[in-house]
Amino acid sequence: MHEMAITQSIVAAVCERMGEAQVQRICVEIGRLSGVVADSVRFCFDLVTEGTILQGAALEIVQPAGKARCRDCGTEFALNDLLVLCDCGSANRELLAGEELRIREVEVLA
Amino acid sequence: MCATCGCSGGAVIEGHDHSHDHDGTVGHGHNHEAGHGHGHGQPEPQTQTVTLEQAVLARNDALAERNREWLAQRGILAVNLMSSPGAGKTTLLERTIRELGVQLPISVVEGDQETVLDADRIRATGAPAVQINTGSGCHLDAEMVAGGLKTLDPPDGSVVLVENVGNLVCPALFDLGEQARVVITSVTEGAEKPRKYPHMFRSATLVLLNKIDLLPYVDFDVAAFLAGARAANPGVEVLQLSATRGDGIADWYDWLRARRPVAAQ
Repeated sequence: MHEMAITQSIVAAVCERMGEAQVQRICVEIGRLSGVVADSVRFCFDLVTEGTILQGAALEIVQPAGKARCRDCGTEFALNDLLVLCDCGSANRELLAGEELRIREVEVLA
Repeated sequence: MCATCGCSGGAVIEGHDHSHDHDGTVGHGHNHEAGHGHGHGQPEPQTQTVTLEQAVLARNDALAERNREWLAQRGILAVNLMSSPGAGKTTLLERTIRELGVQLPISVVEGDQETVLDADRIRATGAPAVQINTGSGCHLDAEMVAGGLKTLDPPDGSVVLVENVGNLVCPALFDLGEQARVVITSVTEGAEKPRKYPHMFRSATLVLLNKIDLLPYVDFDVAAFLAGARAANPGVEVLQLSATRGDGIADWYDWLRARRPVAAQ
């Protein structure tokens, strides 16, 4: 389950950036095509944050939908998984959204 | 994720009777006691929002980039080999070292959760190998590989084959600093693997279809496999081979030779 490693990466990055500041809320982007299960990250979050500046923080997860552009016909289309083909039949597509794995922001005690 | 059955609360699981109680599950929903005053007589704590906009895997990606530079400076080709357990990665490495190792130096980074069995198999061929045990971890990461490379100290112009933990899911996300990713599937696994694990196949530079000597004995639709691989990764190169019998193995060696940095060829 790579979500444990992903959650550890999130917590380590925030601890490094924020020093001693107590984090009340964290907002993370996990795209629907990223290969990371948001619920699993939620599950790991409480375990991983114990004893850190994120302990007790609210975890907000934003999940951008998948979007691609066909390299053959130029059409932009939505996709729920990586196997969706363009209506023209092409698998040659460029992903525009859905793969995000980013820490957007944190809210800390002033 | 549900702590009782390990299923993902958000995922749809076909045929899964979900009758147990989910109320006690840890970590579903956020904690409203912590710092979210709602005016119940307590003053609202003063908070400030700090924008980070940082990639979750930034640290791993930076370490991977460092590995890539380290390898490039030495003219070393590093290949990340990924497959499910039992697809034949170690057998392919043993044969590759025995046959190609006489022309060019090969060393191996072995990733497994436990044991040094695979590194012992590689060392028995005469090639240097370092075993990384990830414990509960399901993939190698760039930091582990950096440690492995330091221990191996491969010669300039050589080839380093990194055998990742047998797993078609997790390793796909973690850049190790390799120049190429090879995904291996065997014909005993089923032709639908690329459709089930599109992340892995999408990240592949090369797909190897192994154990083709068993095709007469198993129900494996090669055309369906190729179509699946290309739906996930259009234009991906696929080689068919048998690591035990040697069919198609020369194409794999040619591919490896051609991937080496020009200065090393």
